Amino acid sequence: MATAASPRAHGADRPVVFDNARVVDPSRDLDTMGTVIVADRRIVAAGPEAAGAARPAGAEVVDCGGAVVAPGIVDMRVFVGEPGAEHRETFASAGEAAAAGGVTALVTMPDTDPVIDDIALVDFIGRRARDETGVRVYPAAALTKGLAGGAMTELGLLREAGAIAFTDGRRTVTNAAVMRRALSYARDFGALIMHHAADPALVGNGVMNEGEAATRLGLAGIPREAETVVVERDIRLAALTGGRYHAALISCAQSLDVVRRAKAAGLAVTCGVSVNHLTLNENDIGPYRTFFKLSPPLRAEDDRRAMVAGLADGSIDVIVSSHDPQDVDTKRHPFAEAADGAVGLETLLAAALRPVHNGEVDLVTLFRALATRPAELLGLEVGRLAPGAPADLIVVDIDAPWVCDAERLRSRSKNTPFEGARFTGIVRRTLVAGRTVYAYAPG
Amino acid sequence: MALMNAPPLPPAVTFGHRHLLGIEGLTAAEIVGLLDLAEAAVEVSRKIEKKKAVLRGRTQVNLFFEPSTRTQSSFEIAGKRLGADVMNMAVAASAVSKGETLIDTAMTLNAMRPDILVVRHHAAGAVELLSHKVSCSVINAGDGAHEHPTQALLDALTIRRHKGKIAGLVVAICGDIAHSRVARSNILLLNALGARVRVIGPSTLMPAGIERMGVAVFSEMAAGLAGADIVMMLRLQRERMDGSFVPSVREYFHFFGLDEAKLAAAKPDALVMHPGPMNRGVEIDSAVADGAQSLIREQVEMGVAVRMAVLEALAAHLPNA
Repeated sequence: MATAASPRAHGADRPVVFDNARVVDPSRDLDTMGTVIVADRRIVAAGPEAAGAARPAGAEVVDCGGAVVAPGIVDMRVFVGEPGAEHRETFASAGEAAAAGGVTALVTMPDTDPVIDDIALVDFIGRRARDETGVRVYPAAALTKGLAGGAMTELGLLREAGAIAFTDGRRTVTNAAVMRRALSYARDFGALIMHHAADPALVGNGVMNEGEAATRLGLAGIPREAETVVVERDIRLAALTGGRYHAALISCAQSLDVVRRAKAAGLAVTCGVSVNHLTLNENDIGPYRTFFKLSPPLRAEDDRRAMVAGLADGSIDVIVSSHDPQDVDTKRHPFAEAADGAVGLETLLAAALRPVHNGEVDLVTLFRALATRPAELLGLEVGRLAPGAPADLIVVDIDAPWVCDAERLRSRSKNTPFEGARFTGIVRRTLVAGRTVYAYAPG
Repeated sequence: MALMNAPPLPPAVTFGHRHLLGIEGLTAAEIVGLLDLAEAAVEVSRKIEKKKAVLRGRTQVNLFFEPSTRTQSSFEIAGKRLGADVMNMAVAASAVSKGETLIDTAMTLNAMRPDILVVRHHAAGAVELLSHKVSCSVINAGDGAHEHPTQALLDALTIRRHKGKIAGLVVAICGDIAHSRVARSNILLLNALGARVRVIGPSTLMPAGIERMGVAVFSEMAAGLAGADIVMMLRLQRERMDGSFVPSVREYFHFFGLDEAKLAAAKPDALVMHPGPMNRGVEIDSAVADGAQSLIREQVEMGVAVRMAVLEALAAHLPNA
C-alpha cells in the first residue's frame, strides 16, 4: 500500500482517492473492488462506479493494493478514565488507541468520578473530547442519578446537552419499576437505553462463569441466569412501555434466544456482544489470569460459538470493545479480588476479524455490527460509505499478520487479554470527517 | 325581601340522582341542566344580597379526609348562600387518626342526621362506599384519582361562558394525568358534551388505556397544543418530580411547563385553565398564569356557582322537600 504520510500531513480539506480498494459498505450490502473518493469531509463516491468518476482537483491518490476500505468503527461501549481516573486513561490516550484500532466514533460510559448524570458534565466531556482527540466521542449519560438505580436522571435535558444514550454503565438497575418508568420516559424522547444485564444478587460473590472450570479453580461461579433473567425482564418492560432497549453485552446462548424471540415479536430490542465473548472462553482464564476477568464473565465454548452464530445471522446487532482500562493496582490481585475489565480499542478489529478468517462471518456482516448498526441505533449518519455520508473510514489490510504486544498499546492501561496473540489484519489508515487521524508506520 | 327579587329559575332541571358521585352516569342533558342552574347562581352571587332559601333548615356537613382549602370553602360558601347550616369536619386530624374506619365515621355522622354530606377522600371509590351507608345526599368533592365532578362542572361552565359552547372545542389537558381526578372528570364531561379532548404529558404520568376514554394522547406539548381552544394545566405533586416519575422540576418545566412559547402553539384565542393550587415555575409560568388568556381566577368564582347548582339540584331529592 502506497502511503507513508504522517497523520498531520493531510489537511482537513484535501480530497483523497482510494484506488484499487476492496470497498465494504454494509449500508448497501457492498463488498467489491472499486474506488472511494473523499472530498469536503464526505464520501463523494464509493464502489466500482467511482473508479471511472472524475477525481477532485488536487486529490491525494492512494493505491490500496486490494486492501479493504470500510466505514470507521463505531464502538458503543468505552470506559475512559476521565474524569476521575486519568492515570488509567485520558481522552487523548483513548483517542489515539481508537484511531489506531480503526475506531472513528466511540460512546463513553458514565461511570466516572463524578458520574455523568448532569448536563454540565455531558458538556464537559464534549469539550474535552473535541480538544483532545481526533475521533468522535459521544457521551452516554447515567440512566439513574449517581448510578444508584433509584431516581432517573434528566433524560430530556441531558439529551439536549448531547447525551447520545442512557446507561448505568457497569451497573444493573435491579428495581423493575425504575426500569419501567425510565423506559417509558425515555420513549417520549426516542432515547436509547443501554443496559448491563447482571442481577447482582445472582452474581453474588461469583467471579467467573459457573461450571466445571470455576469449580476446578475453586472460584465462585456466576450463573448465566444472572444475565438472562434481567434481559428477559427488560424485554418485557420494553414491550410494555414501547421504549428502545439495548442489552449492552450478552454472553450466553440463552440470552441470545431471549433477544431473538423479542425481535421476532417486532420489539424495539437490540443487543451487543463484546469482542472478548466472540473470541475467548472461560478456559482462557487458565492459571487465574486476571486480564480475563470480565463482566459478564467469559462463558463456555458453546456460548462463544452461539455468539458467533448470532453475529452471523444478525441476531446480535453490534460488537463492542467494552474497553475498560484497569491498572496494576486493580488487576494485580488474587483473581477473586481483581477488578473486571479489559482494554480493547486497538485490538477490537483484529480480534473481530478472527471469525471472518475462520469463514464463519463475512466482511459485510462484520462491519455492519462494527459500524453500520451501532450508528443506526445511535442516530448517527456515519457507519457507511454511501455518497454524502461523512468520510469516517478505515483502510485495513485484512491479511497482514501481527503479534499483540501489550507494552506497545497506546492505551495508558495495558490490561489486554490478547497479550502475545497472533492477529491477522492491520489498520493502515483511519479518517474522521475526511481527515487522517492515524496512519500505520511499520516498526 | 331580597328573595322576591331572585331571577326566575331556569327550566326545571330533571336531575335524577340522590347523590353526585361523579360525572360518569350523568346524561348530557343533566350536565347542561346543572350548568344552566349554575348560570343563575352566578347572578345570585354577584348581588349584594346573595342568599336563597333552598336549603333553609338543612344541615350540610363537609367531610374532608384530605386537606383542602379552596374546595372546602367553596362548598361552605355555596351551602350558606342557599341557606344551609354548614359544618366543616377535617377528619384527617380527628377520628381517623384514632383508628376509626371510614364506615364508622360515616355511621356516626349519619346519626346526627345531616341532609347533605360533601366528602373528599384519598381513596378512589371511598365516597361511593360511604354513600351506601348513609341516608342523606352525598356529593363527591374528590376521591383519590377517580373523580372530582364539581371541578369538571365549573371548568365546563367557565369554558361555556367564554366560548359560548363546548361542542367541537379542542381541549388539551396537560400534565400529571395518571394521578388526576380532575382529568378523569373533565374527560368524561367534555366528551359527553362533544368536545375533542387531548391529554398531554410524559409517558410516566399517562395512565394505561387512557385513549379508551376517548382522548388523543400526546407526549409533546407543541404537537398536543396545536390548534387547541382550551389548555387545562394540572398540578404536579412535588414528590413526583424527584426522579420517580419525572427527573426534576427544571426538566419538567422545560418540556411540559406552560410558558408563552409553548402556548403559542395553541389557537391565538386559546384560554388557559388550572384547577389550583398552582405550582408556578413547575407546570405553569407566572406570565401565563396571570396573563390575558388565563381564566384561573374566574374558575374559582364559577366553583361557588356550580356547587350552589349541585346543592340546589340535590335539594329536590331531599326527604320532605
